[in-house]
Amino acid sequence: MKTLFDKIWDSHVVSTIEDGPSALYIDCHLIHEVTSPQAFAGIEKRGVSVFHSDRTFATPDHNVPTIDQHIPIKDALSKFQVDKLTENCENHGIECYGLNHPYQGIVHVVGPQLGLTQPGMTIVCGDSHTSTHGAFGAIAFGIGTSEVEMVLASQCIMQPKPKKMRITVNGNLADGVTAKDLILYIISKVTASGGTGYFVEYAGSAFENLSMEGRMTVCNMSIEMGARGGLIAPDQTTFDYIRNREKAPQGADFDQAVEKWSELKTDEGATFDKELVFDAHDIEPMITFGTNPGMGTNVNGQIPILSTIDSSEKESFKKSIDYMGFSDGDQLIGKSIDYVFVGSCTNGRIEDLREVAEFVKGRKKADSITAWIVPGSKQVEKQAEEEGIVEILEEAGFKLRQPGCSACLAMNDDKVPKGKYAISTSNRNFEGRQGPGSRTLLASPLTAAAVAVSGKIIDPREVAKL
Amino acid sequence: MALEKFTTITSTAVPVPIENVDTDQIIPARFLKATTRDGFGENLFRDWRYDESGREVSNFPLNDPRYSGQILIGGKNFGCGSSREHAAWAVHDYGFKVVVSSFFADIFRNNCLNNSVLPIQVSKEFADKIFASIAVDSNAIFSANLSDQTFTIEGTNESTKFDISSYKKECLQNGYDDIDYLVSIKDKVEAFESTRA
Repeated sequence: MKTLFDKIWDSHVVSTIEDGPSALYIDCHLIHEVTSPQAFAGIEKRGVSVFHSDRTFATPDHNVPTIDQHIPIKDALSKFQVDKLTENCENHGIECYGLNHPYQGIVHVVGPQLGLTQPGMTIVCGDSHTSTHGAFGAIAFGIGTSEVEMVLASQCIMQPKPKKMRITVNGNLADGVTAKDLILYIISKVTASGGTGYFVEYAGSAFENLSMEGRMTVCNMSIEMGARGGLIAPDQTTFDYIRNREKAPQGADFDQAVEKWSELKTDEGATFDKELVFDAHDIEPMITFGTNPGMGTNVNGQIPILSTIDSSEKESFKKSIDYMGFSDGDQLIGKSIDYVFVGSCTNGRIEDLREVAEFVKGRKKADSITAWIVPGSKQVEKQAEEEGIVEILEEAGFKLRQPGCSACLAMNDDKVPKGKYAISTSNRNFEGRQGPGSRTLLASPLTAAAVAVSGKIIDPREVAKL
Repeated sequence: MALEKFTTITSTAVPVPIENVDTDQIIPARFLKATTRDGFGENLFRDWRYDESGREVSNFPLNDPRYSGQILIGGKNFGCGSSREHAAWAVHDYGFKVVVSSFFADIFRNNCLNNSVLPIQVSKEFADKIFASIAVDSNAIFSANLSDQTFTIEGTNESTKFDISSYKKECLQNGYDDIDYLVSIKDKVEAFESTRA
């Protein structure tokens, strides 16, 4: 009896070193401009060629501007990095979706969209949110640049096998409660380090009833509780999503693949090192108030009182809420917000944009809010144009920008100024994450849309009633 | 490519007793635009170390003249967040050979091991003892002995064992590198591929 994770892991072990890691075979490798140049330099220095250039796919995303992508990147260092990616891919025969290519976008949006992401695969990328691809029942996780070099050189990495955790959420999410709220709730319970050393399987009706995009949002943030990755057993929802995607098996091959993929589930009676069970009915729209994603509460809640915090964590907790300019015991509802960011590999997909558009339709952006709505890829951008989302956003006072990681990590010009508050649909609220001194509160696209309209923190279900 | 060989490190230490130090604090994203592995040390803990005008924040441990050495002592959940290896490069480039914490994030720990930096996980109690001994004497000496897998507070001679896989230990001691190893088993990889076709 095996878990889904064991089935996939074990079938990818090339060899194992006693009291050491395994050489794990990698089916699909995604690269971007920031964590790959040193890896290419490394193999070139060794005189080693890329082992399987057809198993690596590239796109620039981290540092690209989200306006004027048709002209050369103005920031010299960013331009050099993006050009280097193109050059490295050309030299080594790797498919690269560069700026203005119809497939360019955030790697974790591009992979699933093209059908590169498939059940049962091992997928890595030099980016911790590679866990996103686990939504398809794949083992997917982020790696360092030395490991990117390993994959380029050998299609393998050296990895110790992690422990296994299952997180079951029974019941269905209430109206106005989304996949983002579900994962923020889980992280608030597990803490930012509670998943370290584990690979998570998400199970139960709350996940089964999510769309693929919702599942990606959940798996994306597995790393925010320290888990290397998280996965969900593939089902009909998964297969329907993959069908007819360009890089997926086609026709009879697809049917055959589905037959194989259907076996990818945890056997009854298989055991996990840790099991957690939650009830979907307990989950409300969530928001974070501190400087790690575990510091979250329901949007109507309050920041914990300092005296209730464990003594060993008191100092860090205090440092965190001081940075945020909050006090313990504060209510979050009603606090003024300056910036709204909708985008990132967590929530930059078409369903996220649809949700925002549907909400702001007939409403207006608050004057005090600067909003950045950034599609996750060129394909998402195109779809938003075709579906009329761009017009709805514009009528409400928003503008759709161009694809990239943008304000999620603020490597480009999309930086939240010092001391300003941002509601962000991204994945990290670390100090300075969205620009030096910026203050980030993580929430769902729906909550972000409600805040963009009201100018302050509000329960999206309340605005919907107005 | 041979890496630096790791031997015993005996040194004073720099304490950063903050929990959940994420890789955005170790090296903020805006400094990730280099295409080489060098020079990240000057931006290690950039936004805690310098204010907006670029002046040193005097009470941050890296700027505090009382503290120096090749050992960095961090709080719980050190290195959480992004997979950027630049964080390990920054730690290494600054001159640290050892990072001690009561709990490490996975990817950061791996990245350290791939860059000749030894991550040593100790109990919360032992970490508190280390911080306490630095508080008493900022010149307190510590030893990280890889072959015995021990970390010692020299002043009190209190010692603790730490875990490391025998493979990674051998790699560090001899300067071996995973990439060379993987390239050397290419025939096994090809044999594996042929079984899946």
